[in-house]
Amino acid sequence: MILNGKAWKFKDNVNTDEIIAAKYLDTTDPLDLGRHCMETISPDFLKKAQKGDIIVAGNNFGCGSSREHAPISIKGCGVSCVIAKSFARIFFRNSINTGLPILESKDAPDSISEGDEIEIDLEKGRIKNLTKNTVYSSQPFPKFMQDIVKEGGWLSYLKSNENKK
Amino acid sequence: MGYTITEKILLKHTNKSAISAGEFIMANVDLCLGNDITAPLAIKEAQKYGLKKVFDNKRVALIPDHFTPNKDVNSANQCKLVRDFAKKHNIEHYYEVGRMGIEHALLPEMGLVMPGDLVVGADSHTCTYGALGAFSTGVGSTDLAGVYITGKVWLKVPEAIKFIFKGKLRKWVGGKDLILYTIFKIGVEGANYKAMEFCGETIEKLPMDDRLSMCNMAIEAGGKSGIIAPDDITIDYIKEVTSQKSEVTRKRPKAKDFKAWAGLKSDKGAKYVKVHEYDVSKLEPQVALPHLPSNVKPASEVKNISIDQSVIGSCTNGRISDLRMAASILKGKKVNSRVRLIVIPATQKIYLQALKEGLIEIFVKAGGVFSTPTCGPCLGGHMGILTKGERAIATTNRNFLGRMGHPESEVYLSNPAVAAASAVKGRIVHPDEV
Repeated sequence: MILNGKAWKFKDNVNTDEIIAAKYLDTTDPLDLGRHCMETISPDFLKKAQKGDIIVAGNNFGCGSSREHAPISIKGCGVSCVIAKSFARIFFRNSINTGLPILESKDAPDSISEGDEIEIDLEKGRIKNLTKNTVYSSQPFPKFMQDIVKEGGWLSYLKSNENKK
Repeated sequence: MGYTITEKILLKHTNKSAISAGEFIMANVDLCLGNDITAPLAIKEAQKYGLKKVFDNKRVALIPDHFTPNKDVNSANQCKLVRDFAKKHNIEHYYEVGRMGIEHALLPEMGLVMPGDLVVGADSHTCTYGALGAFSTGVGSTDLAGVYITGKVWLKVPEAIKFIFKGKLRKWVGGKDLILYTIFKIGVEGANYKAMEFCGETIEKLPMDDRLSMCNMAIEAGGKSGIIAPDDITIDYIKEVTSQKSEVTRKRPKAKDFKAWAGLKSDKGAKYVKVHEYDVSKLEPQVALPHLPSNVKPASEVKNISIDQSVIGSCTNGRISDLRMAASILKGKKVNSRVRLIVIPATQKIYLQALKEGLIEIFVKAGGVFSTPTCGPCLGGHMGILTKGERAIATTNRNFLGRMGHPESEVYLSNPAVAAASAVKGRIVHPDEV
């Protein structure tokens, strides 16, 4: 799958309270959650971001609570992918399980500037910066995780394995 | 070559004959939990899948504790969804308001977690039960739905970091200070994906409530789990909680269980990616400044920080020993007139114990409020939200931007003694100042 969008830059240690504050956790609706994504740390983000845009962050993205509402709100506001230097583990598994595309890359986040046009080849894990004409690679997922992502999430994976039996 | 305690527990929950760090496993779950925020998502996902029956109605815990007693109509709707699901599936461990407590205080207290167990919960502080020598970790709602369906969870076997604590703790210093100091030393990402194993002479003497506080905040260093090998303190705790006649326990331990737990520890040749050794004999009470739990200073070095609110409670520090510590400082004193003191016992049992011991009277006479059990203000839910420019000291676990309310409010984390003393003084102080 090829994804295209503008980069929105975020700091290290973006936590799940910042992605979606607890006061909005009284719903599970992706669009409702998407309306408040990142509002605590970047009030402009939702006003300016377009469908398909990409979040680019530093280390430990998604640290804190286990709320799956965090990846859901990111998907809900139209973001197509998150690139970070590293992800906190529960956010990482929640993204795999719910089918939010994420890529781990040590060099891409520092080199990408806010507003750069990015093209991502998810299968190859290749990140192209169309504005700066540079290419970065990302850590490939282990096969087990790739299989979950291919099936569209953990429960679809379980379903498909059940059907194979 | 040998196994860490974590690898031993995980291996026992698979059908494999060997296991190694980095490997993906499908593990059998002894107990899974969800709350009023995370369970609704799990239930909806499980229903979409076509779930007819949960894998085992005795191994599912549902605890509405975050926005309860229901703070608004939406919260009431979420709780109703959980309640209806519990009824439909005859869930044994569903705890309604009145029997409910903060999940990570309630489950150990009810005797639902045993050493060697594998527990997953759709709440990041599920790592708390490592204090009992269990492998426990936070997962997402979809994971929880997967457990409802299959009784299993996918896990990557974590590498381990060993933390050795040496020295006798000073007055007013406990598990909360040890874990804040640890997070200060290694950072909020210092143990990402790793099992944090706590040991050493300090831990061997550390009471269970303090161990629970410590393992509770393993996630604040990014840890997958925190764990302390079971010892006499663990065994005594398990004996106490499983001897209560009126309470439900998942299983009553037998002599052979106690024997097995005594041998549940890491092998001599177990592999660690890092070993940290801390001399904590001179450690002071620690305070984490905004906006990261790693932004830690000794209490005496936090100068001229006035506070508007002091919160004593949460899954980290809402246990009876925490309330006793706070009451010992507040007895016969008054909360500063500029400060709102909110004390929240973590469970009904703790509430009742505080009542019997006269602690509630101490808090109320001091000018504080005493609440029903709830996560409440810890996550900015209800019962003590901060407005712009306000500052709180709290015995909770996170001081992230906007965590307790307005994005321009601040949260400082500490143990209950510091929070109580600061409530009296109106600014953050070392308990010795009161």
